[in-house]
Amino acid sequence: MPLSKKHQEYWNKNLRMTAVLLLVWFLATFPVIWFVRDLNSLSFLGFPLGFYMAAQGSLIVYVAVVWFYARYMNKLDKNHGVAEE
Amino acid sequence: MASRKNSHKIFFLSLSRYYGFYTGGFIGFVILLAIAEQMGMPNAWIGYIFMAATFGLYAGIGVMSRTADISEYYVAGRRVPAVFNGMATGADWLSAASFIGMAGTLYLSGYDGLAFIMGWTGGFVLVALFLAPYLRKFGQFTIPDFLGARYGGNVVRTVGVFAAILASFTYVVAQIYGVGLISSRFLAIDFTTGIFVGIAGILVCSMLGGMKAITWTQVAQYVILIIAYLVPVVMLSQRITDVPVPQLMAGQVLQKVTEREQEIFNDPQQLKARELFRHKADDTDARIKGLPGSLAAERQTAVRGLARIKAAAVPDPSAIRDAEQALRNLPRNEIEARETWGREAERLRASAKASHPHAEPFPGENENERDTARLNFMALAACLMIGTAALPHILMRYYTTPSVKEARQSVFWSLFFIFLLYFSAPALAILVKFEIYTKLIGSSIADLPAWVAAWGKVGLVRIDDINHDGILQLAELTLNPDVILLATPEIAGLPYVVSGLVAAGGLAAALSTADALLLTIANALSHDVYYKMIDPYASTPRRMVISKILLLLVALVAAYFASLKPDHILSMVAWAFSIAASAFFPALVLGIFWKRANKWGALAGMAAGLGLCLYYLISVKFCGMAPWFGIKDIAAGAFGLPAGMLTLIVVSLLTPAPETEAQDLVEHCRYPRL
Repeated sequence: MPLSKKHQEYWNKNLRMTAVLLLVWFLATFPVIWFVRDLNSLSFLGFPLGFYMAAQGSLIVYVAVVWFYARYMNKLDKNHGVAEE
Repeated sequence: MASRKNSHKIFFLSLSRYYGFYTGGFIGFVILLAIAEQMGMPNAWIGYIFMAATFGLYAGIGVMSRTADISEYYVAGRRVPAVFNGMATGADWLSAASFIGMAGTLYLSGYDGLAFIMGWTGGFVLVALFLAPYLRKFGQFTIPDFLGARYGGNVVRTVGVFAAILASFTYVVAQIYGVGLISSRFLAIDFTTGIFVGIAGILVCSMLGGMKAITWTQVAQYVILIIAYLVPVVMLSQRITDVPVPQLMAGQVLQKVTEREQEIFNDPQQLKARELFRHKADDTDARIKGLPGSLAAERQTAVRGLARIKAAAVPDPSAIRDAEQALRNLPRNEIEARETWGREAERLRASAKASHPHAEPFPGENENERDTARLNFMALAACLMIGTAALPHILMRYYTTPSVKEARQSVFWSLFFIFLLYFSAPALAILVKFEIYTKLIGSSIADLPAWVAAWGKVGLVRIDDINHDGILQLAELTLNPDVILLATPEIAGLPYVVSGLVAAGGLAAALSTADALLLTIANALSHDVYYKMIDPYASTPRRMVISKILLLLVALVAAYFASLKPDHILSMVAWAFSIAASAFFPALVLGIFWKRANKWGALAGMAAGLGLCLYYLISVKFCGMAPWFGIKDIAAGAFGLPAGMLTLIVVSLLTPAPETEAQDLVEHCRYPRL
């Protein structure tokens, strides 16, 4: 089936958002582990910051990323006419 | 279509009402039991009532959800609303190990244990971005279904079935083992009976109603398990900090723990105790080296000692009994001696080791060790995340939502419900550590709290006053990780009914995960092997019968393995993540995002990823191969996954592009409506 321009635009936007959110996921995970000792010189809620990120902070970022993606895509579906009714 | 949407809405509202009543009813039930306990109901009864009530509930939901419809049996009729699918996924995901073991792992390893917390939540980002919506649009029954349709032919499907079973089987054995452990501990029945009681509970549910029944049971189980986890933690936080929000208060408590650690670690008696443990370990090593002579000498000493006591003018009967017992406890032969003494030396060395502060990342003797620990943390977190996004029993759940839109929302709810537990676990570990470091360590051994003795009796707490000063030093206390959560109600000074609640929660966690895993294995066999490969013309009733028979068989085989109490299998559970990541992730994700991926690439990629992963696991664990870059076997996916990914890409490019059929399927999956 030939895809319309709108379809391609939809997919490209999806890819772009996926890449951005993947980057957020990556930053909330690996640099936070690698630089934990440096982060620990700061403190948050009484925790050393590096410890806090692994115990709570990164988790909150993950939840937010998934929430945002669902919202963004459900809107994108509608705007590009590919939403299920 | 408007009417369909409307009926979904009505269904959602009535579900919310049912589960609302149910949750209220459950809380009322716990309160009633608490009142009954105050009025003098014995603890054993509370245990029985909890077990009977929860098992009865799960069986009741199973009976009410019985079905003979293929789509209901495999994917719950695809009408599970996002929130409820999220709860079911939460129960599915939170296993016996997460519920009971996680807090203990965090207690014992401090920061380094957080790799599990990050790994088991971060993976859902990958599920959301790469898999759930596309699999929902694909809309078949199993994960091998997708591989079979996308890459064509039964060969890729077969590799998928093999990997799905491999990843799920050790996992399910561990869950059933957990069921046996909890029910035997709280019902005072024997371990094997406990296993078969648990299996009966699982089968009533899944055999009658397949995915439909386990979905609605899992929602009920999630409610129980999250209440059971949060109540003791919140109460403990209230007791220690006067604020019932453990996640918020843990940071301040951690500061106090860190201060206290300095005193405890540098206490002269603690250093002396460690020194004594080290000597004892060296002695034990010397005894092992001196085998078989050392065993003979020990036996001779014991025999002579017994004779001397018996020969005394007034023989002391209890001393005779002790001496006879000691003689009986000696290893019977050299092999047994090597094993028991080896274990003892290991335990002694662990007690002699320097403790490290809870908040310190990657502790190690030197820079090199610390770097390896950091590398392992990253590799493990990555494997757990990618494995999460590739485990069939989780991905299968996203086939059950009514639409792609709800599949996306459902990943959010799944992660949210899982997050509630995982973000409380580190706080629980810190609070318990504070209690133990301030109330136990440095106190007189004669007047430790009652829970220490109670859990000591079942071997989960061990106290060894090696320096004979009558005071407990840190090195003298050995804790099994499970005890951290199990003893929390008693540490917080809560009534026994909360302990019963925690047991019911642990059971709910183990049963719900076992349900889903058994169904995954049985469906791979009945749907993918039997229906798709052996008899594509099988009638619906026949398919149902075959599915149910296979489910029963798989359950019995898994129960049999669990009843052997296999140490190896339990240590292999975490392998499932590396196996799933290496075998499935490249083929699934590239299958959606890269049209050029073809059958040969997928086949070679899955074989290479899975092969390398298994080779590494087995060589490091059993054949003593030196780990590459110091990466432990548990993170074998760190090699398997890139190998699988690379092979898939290279082989796909070397062979012809896939047919238009496969490319059309990719387009079909990418757009919710096309």
